[in-house]
Amino acid sequence: MVERRPVLTVFTHIVLILGVLVIAFPLYLTFVASTHTTQEIMQAPMPLLPGSHFFQNYMDAWNGTGAGAGSKAPVARMMMVSLISALIISLGKISISLLSAFAIVYFRFPYRNFVFWSIFVTLMLPVEVRIGPTYKVVADFGMLDSYAGLTIPLIASATATFLFRQFFLTVPEELVEAARMDGAGPMRFFKDILLPLSMTSIAALFVIQFIYGWNQYLWPLLVTTNENMYPVVIGIKRMISGGDSEMQWNVVMATAMLAMIPPALVVILMQKWFVKGLVDTEK
Amino acid sequence: MASISLKNVVKSYGIGKTANKVIHGVNAEIGDGEFVVIVGPSGCGKSTLLRMVAGLEEITGGEISINNRVVNDLEPSERDIAMVFQNYALYPHMSVFENMAYGLKIARVPLDEIKSRVDKAAKILELGPYLLRKPRELSGGQRQRVAMGRAIVRQPQVFLFDEPLSNLDAKLRAHTRLEIQKLHRELGITSLFVTHDQVEAMTLAQRMIVMNGGVMEQFGTPEEVYTRPATTFVATFIGSPPMNLLKNAPGGKPGTIVGIRPEHLDIASDGWALTVDAVEMLGAERLVYGRWSHGAGDELVTIRTDEGQSVPALGSEIHVNPRADRLHAFDASTGKRL
Repeated sequence: MVERRPVLTVFTHIVLILGVLVIAFPLYLTFVASTHTTQEIMQAPMPLLPGSHFFQNYMDAWNGTGAGAGSKAPVARMMMVSLISALIISLGKISISLLSAFAIVYFRFPYRNFVFWSIFVTLMLPVEVRIGPTYKVVADFGMLDSYAGLTIPLIASATATFLFRQFFLTVPEELVEAARMDGAGPMRFFKDILLPLSMTSIAALFVIQFIYGWNQYLWPLLVTTNENMYPVVIGIKRMISGGDSEMQWNVVMATAMLAMIPPALVVILMQKWFVKGLVDTEK
Repeated sequence: MASISLKNVVKSYGIGKTANKVIHGVNAEIGDGEFVVIVGPSGCGKSTLLRMVAGLEEITGGEISINNRVVNDLEPSERDIAMVFQNYALYPHMSVFENMAYGLKIARVPLDEIKSRVDKAAKILELGPYLLRKPRELSGGQRQRVAMGRAIVRQPQVFLFDEPLSNLDAKLRAHTRLEIQKLHRELGITSLFVTHDQVEAMTLAQRMIVMNGGVMEQFGTPEEVYTRPATTFVATFIGSPPMNLLKNAPGGKPGTIVGIRPEHLDIASDGWALTVDAVEMLGAERLVYGRWSHGAGDELVTIRTDEGQSVPALGSEIHVNPRADRLHAFDASTGKRL
């Protein structure tokens, strides 16, 4: 806007600052809680300034040495599990969706539209609806407590397929023809031309799917029983044992803070990629 | 170098009774090293015909051969041809060099050979300083030259151009037209060039194919097409302003149409009487629109005069004389030249 009205500027800033406060305050509280002892947090007005047990609590969480009643799996291990499954899920989703979108857009085969719509229809079907049968299948294959069990059922993605299909449809037909004239076969065209052009969409999807994979809750809760295979999100849940036992909220909060770092990093690092990709886009 | 031969080439979309026929049997023999322009209004099938030669459209019927080899079932890359597209179709993520080298890379040409061929093409097209740039960093004319470079480095038997000049501005278009002519003189490669612009067609073609509604109306040199149009369609499509076609011209036989180009009508003191409807000044020439009234109604006649001649007043009566040796006669029912 070109308008210059001081009152409006002040007002918009107040709204923005309020919004930031509302969102940031719980995060801040989590951080504060992760720097105190359990006793300090349990006091009636919880302290609002960081305490002195930062390193102690984070080391406890990282190594699983906190003396709580719930699970004591080390966060280091859980972060590793989370990272590996999130990477498998996001990369798997991207490669499968790229290939299926490629097939749907560029190949003429019988029932092509039917295939596309049947993929599309699964969009309407949330994981929770098919969780029973999926669990049965995974259990019967003996994939419980394994990376395969954690990731494979989550890899197929109608959303990503649909997104890539829409993107491929915008690639000019003449580019395909030029590649044919140059003698590029279908996979060559896919690798040399389609893939580089899709880089921006791939980057965007990677961020979204990485966070999706990292934040998986319900599914890992069902298929993991072994502490060694807990993703960090489940780890937090298992740390909270419930009941009357004393909870090590400081360690739980430290774990929560740690669990937030990788997705935040992915967003921050990939953001540069987005911008680069967007600037590079060919009109 | 190669000749192209089209034998009764047919194209239709769909099958059975609902099939939509867009090319109705085209026959043409294009000689080795010839520059042939296919011209026609939009939707006449000229691009489809070119794309069938390129191998981008299936051939429904008939036979296309390049260098006496039937290519109906060959992939585009196996036909030894190169094509320049209307939107250039450059790979946006590759540099100019990579764009030109891509086809050779796939054909597994050795790297130093690729380099020397690209450098040679870049020199011909004056693209040397831009080899490392991406297409988006180039102007329209430069992109156009890269697209031609991509065609040249493959050293094909045949060049196919699909309206390559229509995205350029008028000045650049005239310039590129000359460059294409120069290129053709230097390389001597058989070329097929599709355009809807009759000026491009007339200036570039050694011979031209005029198409309308999926039918080849005439195949001849620009001069033949202009001086002896085969049909009324060709007569009005080539030449601007178009030829006057008169159903009831003085001296015309019944059932025939008489054609006379605006530049072959001279204003004189006697002759046909026309009423002046409008006068347009175009710089070097002036167009006079006259109304020819006769028993069966009015017909409009365009006359082209030099700027030096006196301007007839609107509504006044003028007399014109056609040059007798420049009259064309067409059959009124078929439109064919008599």
